[in-house]
Order: sequence, then structure tokens, then C-alpha cells
Amino acid sequence: MAGGDIDMNKAIISVKALVKTYKMGDVEVHALRGVHADIIKDDFVAIMGKSGSGKSTFMNIIGCLDVPTRGQYLLDDVDVGSLTKDQLANLRNRKIGFVFQSFNLLSRTSALENVELPLMYNKKITSREMRERSLKALEAVGLAGRAHHFPNQLSGGEQQRVAIARSLVNDPVVILADEPTGNLDTRTSLEVMAIFQELNRKGITIVIVTHEADIAAFTKRNITFRDGRIIKTVDVDKPRNAMEELAIMPVMVEEDDV
Amino acid sequence: MKMKNLLRAALRSLAKNKMRTFLTMLGIIIGVASVIAMLAIGQGSKQSIQAQISTLGTNVLMIWPQASSTGGVRMEAGSSQKMTLEDVTAISDRCPSVAFVTPQVRSSGQLVNGNMNWRTSVYGVYPNYFEIRNLNLMSGNLFTMSDDRSATKVCVIGQTVVNNLFGTDADPVGSYIRINKIPFKIVGITEKKGQNAFGQDQDDMVIAPFSTVQKRLMAITHIQSMLASAKSEPQIPAASQEITDVLKAKHNLGPSEDPDFTIRTQTDIANAATATSGILTILLATIASISLLVGGIGIMNIMLVSVTERTREIGIRMSVGARGRDVLLQFLIEALLISLLGGFIGISLGVLVSQLIANLLSWPVSITVQSILMSFIFSSAIGIFFGWYPARKAAGLNPIDALRYE
Ligand SMILES: Nc1ncnc2c1ncn2[C@@H]1O[C@H](COP(=O)(O)OP(=O)(O)OP(=O)(O)O)[C@@H](O)[C@H]1O
Ligand SMILES: [Mg+2]
Repeated sequence: MAGGDIDMNKAIISVKALVKTYKMGDVEVHALRGVHADIIKDDFVAIMGKSGSGKSTFMNIIGCLDVPTRGQYLLDDVDVGSLTKDQLANLRNRKIGFVFQSFNLLSRTSALENVELPLMYNKKITSREMRERSLKALEAVGLAGRAHHFPNQLSGGEQQRVAIARSLVNDPVVILADEPTGNLDTRTSLEVMAIFQELNRKGITIVIVTHEADIAAFTKRNITFRDGRIIKTVDVDKPRNAMEELAIMPVMVEEDDV
Repeated sequence: MKMKNLLRAALRSLAKNKMRTFLTMLGIIIGVASVIAMLAIGQGSKQSIQAQISTLGTNVLMIWPQASSTGGVRMEAGSSQKMTLEDVTAISDRCPSVAFVTPQVRSSGQLVNGNMNWRTSVYGVYPNYFEIRNLNLMSGNLFTMSDDRSATKVCVIGQTVVNNLFGTDADPVGSYIRINKIPFKIVGITEKKGQNAFGQDQDDMVIAPFSTVQKRLMAITHIQSMLASAKSEPQIPAASQEITDVLKAKHNLGPSEDPDFTIRTQTDIANAATATSGILTILLATIASISLLVGGIGIMNIMLVSVTERTREIGIRMSVGARGRDVLLQFLIEALLISLLGGFIGISLGVLVSQLIANLLSWPVSITVQSILMSFIFSSAIGIFFGWYPARKAAGLNPIDALRYE
């Protein structure tokens, strides 16, 4: 956390003076202008901020999909800045689960096989183990019965749950989700948040980006970005419980409540 | 990624675009099939030429009176009168590697039997001509050396002559025909031999004793050419050298002087003919290879389109941990599958087409294991070569750029 308070818990993600500058011809876009942050084990963080404030840029860098222009990034005590492309790929494969706003599932590939994908790039895992773990991950997101459906046969919420199953199948140290509920209605968003809360309870560290304060209220800590910097970090007093709210939510919602 | 999974992923993405995969493959299929068929035709014609040349006889040497320094070989050698029967005797006496030697004259003859007419060549040779040329009689007997000494008017005729003068399936042994108005008794009929390497009908001829043709039909004193045979195939060069030495001595030519005669061995002729058909084979194979190359470019084109189209998929795979080399391998395997599968179908099609050509056009074809192996190696090489660049392009993408690609 910015300010570096002494914590019993170990920081899984630790970034210092992170800068990302995009060069577009003569114009320089400063997406990140020096970000300091620590995210500890078991944390559940929501990143908020106006559009263009650098949230996605930040997520992509800590997800090892992109590299910073300057600054230090330690993931699970590994200095990511010194790694080769292949080592970064390995890191994504073993330690990170990424969930995208647009699901990013392979089309014409079954839900099960989409979930298996990260394990396919891990030579140590046998086909049998791959199948078992993927089915378990699908079960964890409540889609055991949809294993052999293709993405185009699934609703948006279901597709996002497949994507979440894919992100957790490799037992990552952290799941990163960039606007995971951005394309979903209220109820489906709640379902997704319920899954995240459940996973977090089981000990998985989670970072999500969201525009909605409602969604952020389900997390433990909210970080706000503005103009490429963190301007505010708030601990959520009493996180809402998505599971309970789903239970009391009327099922027959006819009107559009997005 | 494991090989099994890689293969499955590649097969699936090929299956997703069946029509496109098939059309891409078609380039390779046509290329490989035409290489196989062209090589089969080339190889087949080479073999049939070789087979036909062997019908010339065994270990044959042909000797013409003419200097070979001009390079060309003129088959008509009647202009020179430098060769005599003494030369023939000298060769048969003094050349240990020579098995047989016969003088040869050729006249054209108008053949008449009753109201039937036929025009053909009449050869005057010794009886050992039949040994040299591996000719056998189907019916009757050969004339003898004593027939030659007394210039008896006897002859042996080929099947084509029989057909034209007596009708098919006749056996005219003992009958008389007129050759240029001179009556000849038919003593034998040669076995059917078919066409030779130059397309001549080898059954369309009359063979008579040398002196009969030389004196009675042509009225000349010299001989036009000689035909000899070596005792064995390895002895052909020795026989050629011995004949050269003997004839030069007889014609009073020094060892360094150009000979006034030309010797062509069966090996020379075979080599020349094979070289021609070899060039033909190379030409055909080159044309076919170009179509294979075009097929390869087709693969490259489709793989490039595929990489662009599937940039997002590449991004997804990279985001879950695919390394550059995993992506490279995936695309390379797709290209390889297209070309190998295309190669396999192409080979089958090529074999089929070759058989069709053999059956319908009755061209000689011969499919060799080498040509199949070569096509197979060539098509996989094409897959790797033309798949490499698009695969590299895919592998070099940045995960985030690939994911953002619209
Ligand atoms: N590939 C890029 N090239 C150039 N500029 C970029 C690129 N990606 C992002 N930017 C710029 O960097 C800034 C931060 O972008 P980023 O995507 O991180 O914002 P964000 O907080 O995720 O916004 P949103 O809430 O709309 O998703 C923006 O001004 C954006 O225009
Ligand atoms: Mg964003």
C-alpha cells in the first residue's frame, strides 16, 4: 500500500514509481506517472477512477501483459523488470489469472477446453489432471453442466464465469479482472462478485477494475486513480456480501435494472 | 505445449475453415501430382528408349567410312568408297575383342509379288548379322556364307513385308518375289521386332547376302558400312579401339591423324538418347516444380491472412502463458499439415494420373520411389519454408498488442 505501513502479511504485488508513457508520433501520452502500491496476500482490491486515468494500463502491467516504461515491479518477490519474454509468459502461466471485460474466450472451443488452455502451456500437467482441474474450476463458478457448450451458446454472464474458471484453474497467486462486470446486468454482476468473494475467502488475492461504486463495495479495499496516479486508498469498512444479496433479490425482475 | 495438443489445435483450426484449407491444399495437391506425373512420364520414356536401344542388338558397333572430326554423324554413307571387304577381313582376323563383323550395304527396293507392290530397304549382309542384331527367324532358314560367295538370289524378309506382299499370317517361305525386277527366293521370315528407338519399323526390311545386294542390285564395289559386335559389354571400348587401330593401319593413317571412318557404339547411342530424355524429364519436372512453388506461396498467403485474422486468439493464448515458440509451433504445424496432407493427396493423385496416362494414351510411365520421396520431402520443406515467416510474425507479437487488435 502506498505509504508502506508495516504489515504482517506479505506483499504479493509491489510496484514503485511505475511509469508508462505511450509514444504516438510526436505526442507522448502519460498513462501512468509514478504509481506506488502494495497488494498483500488475501487482499481483494477494487481499482476505480475516471476513464483514461490509467487503470487498464496498470492492470496490464501487473498482469505481465505489458511492460512499464520505468519503475519497479515485484510479483511474489520476483523482479519482473529483469525477465525475458519467455519468463514473463511462464509467470502469466503459473502465477496470474486474467479476466477481461470482453471475456476473450476462444470461439468454437468448448467451455471446458477454454478453461484447460492455461494448463496446456504447462508441460508438467498430464491430460488427466488437466481435465480434472478444469472441471473443478467450472464447478467452482457453477458451470459444471455447461462444460461442453461453446461460447456462442452461453450468455454473457456464463461466458464471464468460464473466463473466471480459466483464470483460477492454474492456482494463481493473484486474479486480475479488468471491468469483469462491465458487460453484465446487475444480477449477473452480483453473481460474478459472489464468485470472486468466494474465491477470496478461499485465499486467492483478487484485483478488479470497476467504474461502479456498487461493485467496489463488495471488495475489501478501493484504490482510486486519477491522471496516472493513485490519489486515494480506502479500506472498505464492511464489505457487502454478494451471496446474501442475491438470495434476497427478487428472481422475477422484469424491468431492465442496469 | 505438448505435441498432441498442438496437433489437435492445428487440426481444429484447419477444420474451422474447411473450404479455405482445401483450396490452399489444392495448390500443393496439383503441384505434387504434376511433379509425380511428369517424372513418371520422363522416367517411363527413358526406360522405353533404353529398351528400344537394346533391340539394336548386343554390344553393337557401327562403322562408317567418314571422318568424325566434323562432329555430326550422317547416316547415309554412300558417298565414300574408302571401305572394302579387306577391312572386314582385317577386323575379323586382328581384333580379339570383336565377336562378329559384317559388311553392310543398303539399297532401296521395289518389291513385287503378283499384283502386290511394296517399297522398302534391302540390306546386304553376312549371315552373322543375325547374331549381331539378335535377330531370329520365325520360319524358314538363314542364307549361308556360300550363298554370299556365289551371290545367290535368296532373301529373308520381315513381317511387315510379308503382310504387304502376301497378306497377314501368310508363310511365304519358298515363294519368289521380284526385287527391282530380279527374282529372289524367300528362305526365311524374321521374328517380329516392332519399332526401334527412332520410330522405324524394324520388320519392314529385306535381308539378303552381302554380295548379292552389292553386285546384283547396286552394282558397286565398295561397302557402305560395317556392323560389328564386341564379345561382351565391358569389351566394347576395347573393340572400338582395336577396330580404330586396324582400320588406320589399313588406310595408311598415322596414329595422330584423324581417322577416315566413324565408330558409334551402342553405348554411345544409348547415352545420347538417355541424355535427351533426361533433359525432357528435367524440363517437365521444372515446370511441375514451379506449380508446387506457387502452391507454397498460396500457403504463405493463407497463413499470413490467418495470423492477422487470429491475432486476438494469439493474444488470448499468450495471456494465459503461451510463449513465442508455442505460437510459432502452432502456426508452423498448421502450415506443415496443409502441405503434408496436400502432398499425400497429391502423390496419390499423381500416381492415379500416371496410370490413366499409361492406360488411355498408352504412354510409357514409370513411378519411382525416389520421385515419391522427393515430392514428400519437397512439400514438407515448402510447408516449413512458407509457414515460417507468418509463424514468426505471430510469435513476435506482444501479448497486449495482440489482445487489443481489432
Ligand atoms: N496503446 C496505447 N497507445 C496510446 N495511448 C494509450 C494506449 N493505451 C492507453 N493509452 C492512453 O493511456 C491513458 C490510460 O488508458 P487506460 O486504458 O489505462 O485508461 P482506463 O483507466 O483503463 O480507462 P477506461 O476506464 O476507459 O478503461 C489513456 O489516455 C489512453 O488514451
Ligand atoms: Mg480500462
